[in-house]
Order: sequence, then C-alpha cells, then structure tokens
Amino acid sequence: MSIRHGLLALLERGPRYGSQLRTEFESRTGSTWPLNVGQVYTTLGRLERDGMVAQGGRDEAGHELYTITDAGLTELRTWFEKPVDRTSPARDELAIKLAMAVGAPCVDIRDVIQSQRRHTVKAMQDYTRLKAQALLAVESGGARERDDVAWLLVLEQLIFQTEAEARWLDHCEARLIRLSALAPTTGSATPPAAAAPAAPAVAAAATDPTDATTGTPGAR
Amino acid sequence: MSTQQPVLQLQNLTRVHGAGATEVHALRGIDLAVYPGELVAVMGPSGSGKSTLLTIAGGLDTPTSGHVIVENTDITTASVKELAALRRRSIGYVFQDYNLIPALTAAENVALPRELDGTSARKARVEALAALEEMGLGHLADRFPDEMSGGQQQRVAIARALVGDRRLVLADEPTGALDSETGESVLALLRSRCDAGAAGVLVTHEPRFAAWADRVVFLRDGAIVDQTVRSEADSLLSGQVAEA
Repeated sequence: MSIRHGLLALLERGPRYGSQLRTEFESRTGSTWPLNVGQVYTTLGRLERDGMVAQGGRDEAGHELYTITDAGLTELRTWFEKPVDRTSPARDELAIKLAMAVGAPCVDIRDVIQSQRRHTVKAMQDYTRLKAQALLAVESGGARERDDVAWLLVLEQLIFQTEAEARWLDHCEARLIRLSALAPTTGSATPPAAAAPAAPAVAAAATDPTDATTGTPGAR
Repeated sequence: MSTQQPVLQLQNLTRVHGAGATEVHALRGIDLAVYPGELVAVMGPSGSGKSTLLTIAGGLDTPTSGHVIVENTDITTASVKELAALRRRSIGYVFQDYNLIPALTAAENVALPRELDGTSARKARVEALAALEEMGLGHLADRFPDEMSGGQQQRVAIARALVGDRRLVLADEPTGALDSETGESVLALLRSRCDAGAAGVLVTHEPRFAAWADRVVFLRDGAIVDQTVRSEADSLLSGQVAEA
C-alpha cells in the first residue's frame, strides 16, 4: 500500500515524528488522500515490526522520532524502481455501469453518459482552478516550493484521468450513434429506431436530419 | 453576479439552414446569458451547432428567429451600420487560425480595430501597447505574425479582441492549432482576462480546455442539453476524490 512507501520516502530525508509525517504527506498530495494520525502510527508500527524503520530518540520538544533502516531504504528503492501494476485493472464502476446500460430496458444509455460527463467535466473545472493556483505558487517560488510542485503533479494526474474519462464518454456516445446508424433493419416500418434496442434514444435521434452529422467519423 | 447586466444574451435563438426536405435545424431555441467576469465554454460533437452559435452571437451570421443582445443592443434588429459599430466596439473574435494581418506588427494588429473606430493612430498605438503589456506580451509589440509562434499569435489575437473598452470575447476553437502546453497558456490568458472583468464564450471539443471555464454548456443537435457550474472554493476536494 502506498502510505507505507510514502512514509518511507519522507523518512529518507531524515528522522521525523508521526504527526509531522502526516502533515508532510498531505502537503505533498494536497490532502487528496487524507490521512489520520492513527493510520500513520499504525503504519509506522508495522514498518517497525518489519524492520524498515526504528525509533530513535526524541526531538527538542519531546516528540518520538522514527528513522528509516537499511532494509527500509532497500524497500523504498524497489518501490520507486518497480512500475505500478496496470495489467490487472482495478474494478471500474463506470465501465461496469456503461456495460450494463447497453440494452438495459430501464435506462437510456445516453442519459447515463451525459450525467457522468457533466460530473466529470465539473470535476475537471475544479481541478483546473486548483491547478492555476498551484502554478502561481510554483512560479512565485518560496520555501514550500517542493510541496507545491508535488501537489501540481498530483493535480495534473487528476486532470489527465478525468480528461481521459470525458474523452472516452464522448467516444462511447459517437460509437453508439454510428452503430445504431449501421444496424441492420428488422423489417420494421421505422428502421433505425426499431433496429437498435441497445441505444433507443440514440437511434431515435439518428432519424433526425441534423443528427446525421453527429454520427460522422469526425465526431468526437 | 446575477445583479449585473449580462454582456451577451441569446434569447430563443434558432437557425435553420436550407428549406424543405434538406432543411437542417442548426440551432433550436438557445437561451444563454454571459455576465461580466464569466467564461462560458460550449462543448458538443461536430455538427451540434456550437460554431453556428458563436458566429450568430458575434453578428457574423443572422438567426432564423430569436434575439442576440450585446451590451443592451439587440443586434438582430440593429442596422448594418449599428452592427458594424458594435462589432468594432463591443465584440472581439478569436479564431482557430489567429487571423492576424501578416503585413502588420503585433501592436499594429491590436491597434487596428481602434483606428477603424476613429481613434487617432497615435492613441490607438498607445492603447495597443498598454493592452499587450497588460497581458505580458509587451516584448512582442514590434514582431510580425510570421516572427511569432502560434501560441504568441493567438495571445496577440486575444489582446486585439479585448483592446479598448471591449469586454466580450468569442473564441472558436482558439487552441485548435496549438500543442496542448501552448493551448493551456492561451486558455490561462483568456481566463485571466475574464477574471479582470471581460465576458468570454469559448467553443471547444477539448474537455481539458473547457475545464478553464466557469460554466460548461453541452450542446446536442442544436439545443443546450445540460450545463455545469464549477464549485465554490471551499467544497473542492472534499471527500469527492477520496473514493478515486
């Protein structure tokens, strides 16, 4: 789990105490993944059990300090070197939802796509505004610059992720329109609408002249 | 925001191309108001009517029915002369391919709409230099378009769109010809001009650029089907991301 490695990475810079680690973890990641002090101490306890950190004295204010061990350094380096696994994709609720919405009688898949698109684009708007602030902070420099850079990278990852999702949603919509336009007729009097049970509203819209342009290969 | 007068108002706007069997409804009853300080992005697939919306809002095309009100003037009922004056004084247009005049420098390009509007050449130049300076483009003032990168040309085009008292900028895929990094810098400039009080409408199919807007309007088959409003600062990243 990445909290473990995150703490090791912070300890590589020198001995630290628990709540200090929590503060530093959060300022690097902009509180995107909030940690509580309890989690930090539980994780430190496990790291100590596994011989990766050791308790080593107190600072002037009496905080108990943790230090990374050689075994901890080796673990940290291995973590940095080894790519994050992408070959066994995490379960993605949206992909599952859309897969289930194809042909579902109780819902119009186009509505599912649009309500997700609204939500995703809105999240992008929020991240983008935070990014503009983070950029300003980085450009103005200062003591916290390294944290600001880290936070900027995390934000940009969120933007790239949501962007990929928004593009995929656009693609799904265009794909469904194209498929419903191509669908073979089943002998009904209203061919496209009747022939595409997978996407009823899309097919109905495709009978509209303006929608023909929406279904062209150029549509994204 | 709602206490202010909108800079641009589209009321029940329709646009039909052709007639009879080949009739195409490019816009069907669009209502939209854009206020000072607001950047609105219009998204939609090709053919959804977004460019038609922008050309009509800018007075470059006329609607089949409905009204376009810019700074309290209805441009659908204005005379040709009034419309031309409004386009010079109130509306700035930014195109995908910059549309700077190649034989003029950046400063001359920016000064041109002011000169056409009767401002003396000297005053127009002073205003143009001030506009360029304010947007961090002062160093480009004496360059010709072919001596500037695409991103620089597009930023000069934004300066030209907003020189003088103009505060409505209509941008049609302004980042279309730019790489994404440069596109971001163009959007950042547009955003900052809106933060400074301008009203902007941005047509784009790129979610990443639309995300710079205060509001994103989704167009489908000539109608607004949905829109988003960005959150207020405090609600950002509150739990919503923890699940990701």
